Amino acid sequence: MANTKNWPLWEIFVRSKNGLEHRHFGSLHAADAEMALENARDVYTRRNEGVSIWVVESKHITASNPENNGELFEPAQDKVYRHPTFYDVPDEVKHM
Amino acid sequence: MSEEQIKNLEQQFEARIARDEKIEPKDWMPEKYRQTHIRQISQHAHSEIVGMLPEGNWITRAPSLRRKVALLAKVQDEAGHGLYLYSACETLGVTRDDLYGQLHSGKAKYSSIFNYPALTWADMGAIGWLVDGAAIINQVPLCNTSYGPYARAMIRVCKEESFHQRQGFEIMLKLANGTAEQKDMAQDALNRWWWPSLMMLGPTDDKSVHTEQSMKWKLKRKTNDELRQQFIDQTVPQADVLGLKIPDPDLKWNEERQSYDFGDIDWDEFWQVVKGHGPMNKERMKARVGAWERGEWVRDAAMAHAEKKKTRKEKQAV
Ligand SMILES: [Fe+2]
Ligand SMILES: [Fe+2]
Repeated sequence: MANTKNWPLWEIFVRSKNGLEHRHFGSLHAADAEMALENARDVYTRRNEGVSIWVVESKHITASNPENNGELFEPAQDKVYRHPTFYDVPDEVKHM
Repeated sequence: MSEEQIKNLEQQFEARIARDEKIEPKDWMPEKYRQTHIRQISQHAHSEIVGMLPEGNWITRAPSLRRKVALLAKVQDEAGHGLYLYSACETLGVTRDDLYGQLHSGKAKYSSIFNYPALTWADMGAIGWLVDGAAIINQVPLCNTSYGPYARAMIRVCKEESFHQRQGFEIMLKLANGTAEQKDMAQDALNRWWWPSLMMLGPTDDKSVHTEQSMKWKLKRKTNDELRQQFIDQTVPQADVLGLKIPDPDLKWNEERQSYDFGDIDWDEFWQVVKGHGPMNKERMKARVGAWERGEWVRDAAMAHAEKKKTRKEKQAV
């Protein structure tokens, strides 16, 4: 067991039907990308849940840190001028 | 971090859960939350995996093609459930290997119902109807639990469970309306699986250690006794439809409570099985560990092949 190399972890993204984006479904272990695709089919799409699968080795995903959520996402909160309701338009103006 | 800071973080954390916010893998969480979730999610995953054994044993002996495809699909679903849950558990920073190690060494628990043998074909009916039925009652509230990856895994699991229970009930219905021998077989399966199914909903509230904390973290919404009562109340009328008799002489409708009263559960038996002395504990572990060990060369070969392909590709790219 000691010198056994474990199968890496893969993140699985599935497009449920054309017109929709791929969505994260979960993860699984596989020796390589082809096997990850085959396993993803069996684990995550046994009932027509998908028409397309992406697999990405988990180590290649860089995630933002929730501790930095303040500096990352809060600046958007005081930018009300990015929303249409910020602008005064008289009621008689239609189609706007 | 100072004790003061940790306490502050803990309070904010509990408040988030109380507001129905979800906790995601990279969020700060109290160590106890992490450990409790690793324990519960992995136990749950182990139960799905070990749960394949009593039924997997009957796939080749299914009485018709219709029954065979259904049972095969059900057992494959249980493998899927195990895998969704292991992957949710790994987001808490534990490896799959650790989790298997805990199962194989006997350190981790799994649902003790799977330490009973599946003796006849009718057991496939009773397991789907009662064991999956009790599992559904346990699992539905978890679709709303506080840990995001666990809740998402449970939503997928719950969607798939309903077919499991219905295919089991259909088996029972067919047998119960068959020959006298078939009906006896169905009754015998109900007799053997009824009490262990009630035990599946966990020790009584006064004996259950985790309830209060689990309620706060939404690992539980109702107590074990409430869930058990719910299971009994919904299952007794189903047994009536089958024309089978629940093996409990004390079972009777209580007009005042609008619920069934039921007899005493043999908790000594429950704890014996939990401690490893059930009829099939050793057998189940032997099957799991054996499969893991016999599969080692396959896992190694796949990894070696993947690495060889990768090196070849890299060489061609130069
Ligand atoms: Fe399951
Ligand atoms: Fe199931």
